Amino acid sequence: MKKKLMQFVMGTAILGLAMTTSAAGISSNVVKIGVLTDMSGVYSAIGGKGSVVAAKMAIADFGGKVLGKQIQLISADHQNKADIASTKAREWADTDHVDMITGLLNSGCALAVQKIGTEKKVITMATGAGSTTLTNEHCSPYGIHYVYDTYALPKVAGSAIVDTGGKTWYFLTADYAFGHSLEKNTKAFVKSHGGKVLGQVRHPLATADFSSYLLQAQASGAKVIGLANAGGDFINAVKQAREFGIVQGGQTIAGMLVFLSDVKSLGLDVAQGMNFATSFYWDRDAASRAWSKRYFAKTGAMPTMDQAGVYSAVTTYLKAIKKAGTDNPDTVMKTMRGMKINDFFSINGHLRADGSMVHDMFLVEVKKPSESKSPWDLLKVIKEVPGNEAFMPLSEGSCALVK
Amino acid sequence: MHLSYQMVLAQLMLGLNNGAFYAILSLGLAVIFGLLNIINFAHGAFYMLGAFVALIGYTKLGPLLGMPDFHMNYWAALLISPLVVGLLGVLIEKTMLKRLYKVDHLYGLLLTFGLALILQGIFTNYFNVSGTSYNGKPEILRGVVNLKFMMFPTYRLWSIGLSLGVCFVTWFAIERTKLGSYLRAGTENPGLVQAFGVNVPLMITLTYGFGVGLAAFAGVVAAPIYSVSPIMGSEMIITVFAVVVIGGMGSIMGSIWTGLSLGMLEGLTKVIYPPAANTVIFFMMILVLLIKPAGLFGKEQ
Repeated sequence: MKKKLMQFVMGTAILGLAMTTSAAGISSNVVKIGVLTDMSGVYSAIGGKGSVVAAKMAIADFGGKVLGKQIQLISADHQNKADIASTKAREWADTDHVDMITGLLNSGCALAVQKIGTEKKVITMATGAGSTTLTNEHCSPYGIHYVYDTYALPKVAGSAIVDTGGKTWYFLTADYAFGHSLEKNTKAFVKSHGGKVLGQVRHPLATADFSSYLLQAQASGAKVIGLANAGGDFINAVKQAREFGIVQGGQTIAGMLVFLSDVKSLGLDVAQGMNFATSFYWDRDAASRAWSKRYFAKTGAMPTMDQAGVYSAVTTYLKAIKKAGTDNPDTVMKTMRGMKINDFFSINGHLRADGSMVHDMFLVEVKKPSESKSPWDLLKVIKEVPGNEAFMPLSEGSCALVK
Repeated sequence: MHLSYQMVLAQLMLGLNNGAFYAILSLGLAVIFGLLNIINFAHGAFYMLGAFVALIGYTKLGPLLGMPDFHMNYWAALLISPLVVGLLGVLIEKTMLKRLYKVDHLYGLLLTFGLALILQGIFTNYFNVSGTSYNGKPEILRGVVNLKFMMFPTYRLWSIGLSLGVCFVTWFAIERTKLGSYLRAGTENPGLVQAFGVNVPLMITLTYGFGVGLAAFAGVVAAPIYSVSPIMGSEMIITVFAVVVIGGMGSIMGSIWTGLSLGMLEGLTKVIYPPAANTVIFFMMILVLLIKPAGLFGKEQ
């Protein structure tokens, strides 16, 4: 009887101990990470399954466990629709107890999910979205904008192009929030560097035929045709510009958001000589090469900056949990804000109060076919731009969390 | 917006280019609907498939056959791709669509829509959705032609001419030949035509194969202009359906004219008011449905 009582007391004590540790350590005994991205649509080559592979690699490299608890990964397709993204995020937060959501390609989806993250205290690390509103008007204490934004890209590429002689610009802009924001920011940099904007034309998202718009751009006589669009739209516009002899006629095409998958799809013949800004290029240094080759072995393609960003985001998040000793979102965010983020992806990275992960950016040029030694040898890095120069200064931002 | 005479002509030319694709695709839909009463939602997928057969033939077939230097050239693709895809169409008709003629239109629509999703899904799994360039454009069609009012890429000029030619031949075959008269009679009263000794089931199968082949043909012609991607068909098909609705379901000449003129209307909208460029066709559709519910060239039933 006495023995039984002892067992009971011991049992309760152990149970009690377990409960207290779980409250201070890992909630629900597991760390759950969700990858929510475009798995099948226009942007799926940029994120898609590659992002899931990258997240899996990050978890495996971390050892599959943090603070002795299992790390789990789930993923879903938001189909580029903000309503699907928010329904999924809500479900993940409420029933699956997801601790962190990453991916979030497409600004519309990212904004919707970040809002839910704020409400449910789920950390969001947007790697695929561009709009600067994520860290300004709609900034969140749990929202992180990890890879690039529509300020840093034109700041790096636009300024460099104006400085090397591209003084007059005409814009072809995707007619939605992301395109408008990219166009607006690029125009500001062009003007501040002494360039002139001659006009713009807005095209619907997912346009197959750009010839009409290109002819208008050609007729404007601008030296540079700035493309404030992405993915398939960017590819079609560049291809057709060549077809109509626009590049041969002396006008330059400048993509404001270009992913490695776009360059691969266009081919060096068409894309050669183009300058653009990126957060990551696989062949930049030994560390990026080593990781990218492992990624390539699993997917058959080199990573885009979004996919590499997912790996880095997941790793940073897990490191923060380890350092903080808990997965409590407030503590983890606080820890992340105090961390230096340095890995094969992020150089001199740190997380600001507005949620922006500021890191060095790169100005790259597409190689000539004769310079390329292998199928993925596509770019060369021309210039490294320190994060503080590339990203919007906190003083210019409008995030309410920054006092 | 200042509109010069040259600008308008240039936009009309470009519109004609897109319109020619609309015409060929809606023509196939019209032929299929006319005889089979099937609203072929898989048409966009077959268009995509046509482009992919050309692309795979050009880039992957050689290595697969152990001859790395072999490329199926553009001219061969123009013939082979419609045949291959047409054959697939025949297979689908024989095994699936055949069972649906006696039931409501809706079932055919659902089946073909499902097929379209499956085909698109398979290709999305293996190919880059942002598209791959087709580099098999023949040397003779590269370059630009000076049309006085604009520099027009030779290939686009060729694609307009070729598409119009194919449209005309199809129209002629259906409206002016004996074979065509069987076809039209089969549309009106299949039972009676069968009684005259015409093999109507075979005719139906071949018609579906032909309509599908036309879509694949358009895919090959489009491949060098647009990027070949698994979603190229689903982007196109919605507009093409609007074209068919405006022209009138089942009318051959109607779908050709509507395709061409709507392409040009869309082209003009792109300079006059760009934000409306991809909705102008749907506005037209609403307008036509209000005034002539059977479509511009359709007959009231």
